[in-house]
Amino acid sequence: MANRILAVLIGAAVMGIGAQASAGTLEDVKAKGFLQCGVNANLSGFGSQDSSGQFAGLDIDLCKAVAAAVFGDATKVKFTPLSAKDRFPALQSGEIDMLARNTTWTASRDSQLGFDFRAVNYYDGQGFMVRKELNVKSALELSGAAVCVQTGTTTELNLADYFKSHNLQYNPVVFEKQEEVDAAYNAGRCDVYTTDQSGLYSIRLSLSNPDDHVILPEIISKEPLGPAVRQGDSKWFDVVSFSHYAMVAAEEFGITQANVEEMKKSPNPDIKRFLGEEQGSTIGADFGLSKDWAVNIIKAVGNYGEAFERNVGQGSPLKIKRGLNALWNQGGLQYAPPIR
Amino acid sequence: MASADARDGDGRRASLLYDPSVRAYAYQALTVLVVGWLIWQAWSNAAENLARANMTAGFGFLSGRAGFDLGQALMAYSSDSTFARALTVGLLNTLLVGVLGIITATIVGLLIGIGRLSKNWLIARLCTIYVELFRNIPPLLVIFFWYKGVLSILPDFRAIRAGVEQAKAADPSVGDPLFIISNRGISFPAPIFQPGFGAVWIALAAAVLGAIGFTLWANKVQAATGKRPPALLVSVALIVLLPLAVFFAAGQPIAFDYPVLGRFNLSGGGLISPEFLSLYLALSLYTASFIAEIVRAGIRGVPSGQFEACSALGVRSDRAMRLVILPQAMRIIIPPLTSQYLNLIKNSSLAVAAGYPDLVQVGNTILNQSGRAIEVIAIWMIVYVTISLVTSVFMNWFNARMALRER
Ligand SMILES: N[C@@H](CCC(=O)N[C@@H](CS)C(=O)NCC(=O)O)C(=O)O
Repeated sequence: MANRILAVLIGAAVMGIGAQASAGTLEDVKAKGFLQCGVNANLSGFGSQDSSGQFAGLDIDLCKAVAAAVFGDATKVKFTPLSAKDRFPALQSGEIDMLARNTTWTASRDSQLGFDFRAVNYYDGQGFMVRKELNVKSALELSGAAVCVQTGTTTELNLADYFKSHNLQYNPVVFEKQEEVDAAYNAGRCDVYTTDQSGLYSIRLSLSNPDDHVILPEIISKEPLGPAVRQGDSKWFDVVSFSHYAMVAAEEFGITQANVEEMKKSPNPDIKRFLGEEQGSTIGADFGLSKDWAVNIIKAVGNYGEAFERNVGQGSPLKIKRGLNALWNQGGLQYAPPIR
Repeated sequence: MASADARDGDGRRASLLYDPSVRAYAYQALTVLVVGWLIWQAWSNAAENLARANMTAGFGFLSGRAGFDLGQALMAYSSDSTFARALTVGLLNTLLVGVLGIITATIVGLLIGIGRLSKNWLIARLCTIYVELFRNIPPLLVIFFWYKGVLSILPDFRAIRAGVEQAKAADPSVGDPLFIISNRGISFPAPIFQPGFGAVWIALAAAVLGAIGFTLWANKVQAATGKRPPALLVSVALIVLLPLAVFFAAGQPIAFDYPVLGRFNLSGGGLISPEFLSLYLALSLYTASFIAEIVRAGIRGVPSGQFEACSALGVRSDRAMRLVILPQAMRIIIPPLTSQYLNLIKNSSLAVAAGYPDLVQVGNTILNQSGRAIEVIAIWMIVYVTISLVTSVFMNWFNARMALRER
């Protein structure tokens, strides 16, 4: 704990916070030769590490997409696993170039903490998980329960508000690390586990008997999860945001990892422009990237739908439905600005 | 400065320059200035850099709404309270576990330390094993161990609830148990003091004062006559019986808030949480192993002639230990004991590992929710330094009292 915070202190007191001291994060990343991405290492589907040390997940794919956009090579990324508590100091101090760690975009994080959010790579909401044997059907029955929660999250704030506004009592049991919360819930220290609903699906699978636990229907908050960068570096901010938008646009255009080369020959001018095939287009260059930046992203991680299904959807153990994360023209919220 | 001296050619000034005490003050003032300048530089630099990162510095945020709840609060607290109040709750939790931990560690350490010197082979060995076991594990692991251990030893709450339900079904006159030990903690009937209870506190205070007075008088009598009135017996009797008598005379002005088995959890009554329990046990038993060694060293430091003289005079060995050896050993024990007390308080900041809401855990939460890393760390440093200084001052005073008084 202390180390990372001290790093901020020293960083703040002596050297000036991170990138502000130099030209810009994009230039820094290019000069370094790799992207340093802050991620989760314990949340399968979003960011987790397998036994061989490989990272995988929806957030990981976003980091890879940014690396592909900048370098044309999705392997030029290094991951920094961060707990909920450590993630913000790590970004503030310049230890990482971007944060993609199931982080909720809130007003105070955007303003007070000095970050910038825009793209949302997963629309989520907070839920509750309980043991089946308790026979709970609704969160409104939870008065008097002991609730396990992770510190430094929006989760603990929503929890307090929800129970207060519904006049319910509860006993918070708070830990810093997710493993500790998992262990306490497993040991029967608390009746309820609360966090982002996607997280609950992922955590339930890691419990010894997933079928003994149910996720309650209530969603008590809005949790738009997305990448964050330090405020005041709009060039870098654009690169990160549009790496996500490129994945969404690709899905809209029907461009996939498999057909991207073929699609370059498409007669559709929007697709041609997007894939850098339009004569004289400077979109890539204006971002400070190469002409084929979007092609590189799609080759590396596929379109948004592919990444979704592979990591958290039907191609994964989580089997989460698209829901809010479907494209805007299919009833969801995923929407990319025109790439022109 | 030297040139100024040369210009007015004043001999006295020149000598002032070589006056050792003036020089000492000058150096001290210079040091203060340099340190002050460094701190000011660091602060203004940090503030400037924070501003560039679009963050602000200052303690104004402390009056903002906390927004989160805490598992254990010794004063009224809710998510509507301020950050400052949340920190105060954390501080009180730190002090609680610190004070209780110090008391327990001292008692256990004293017993184990004396036990290691015991002539009984088994006791001596067991005490050695205790010391070596606890002393060689990092405190964080000890805390983890106790938390996992406490949680897995304590029976599951749901099982207990099921048992009670069953008993109730069989016999409707059965109520909820008064004491419940489960993985939700140890719950007990919490006393609620009724208006008349003040008299009992006054009686207790009077009894304590009376006991002190009697003991002082007994000391005087013993010094004069060699015979000691039964001071201990009288004191205990006074402290127990007087408040008890007043309590009954006032019509037992006390009620109890009994724990109730709810659908999920316990409500009502007092509760010692597993988080507090495991942290308290871990800190006390860990520190006790160091205190045991200090006690052993202290006792060994008393010349063996003292003990031999006692036996030659026919003083029983337990009395010799209590009246002759320990008072002398205290002089060796107290200074290192102080550092163990300070260690215990500082180690309590590892409470995060057991989910106990101490000053550091609460501060961490605030730091994360508000982004005020520098301010929160500054508060931590000030608070811990203050607690440590107060502890040191007290122990130094105690040490001075115990020091050898030449007559
Ligand atoms: N979206 C929320 C919560 C994010 C969060 O930390 N979730 C937990 C549970 S899903 C987590 O990722 N824990 C993993 C870890 O800390 O290792 C926020 O941004 O505050």
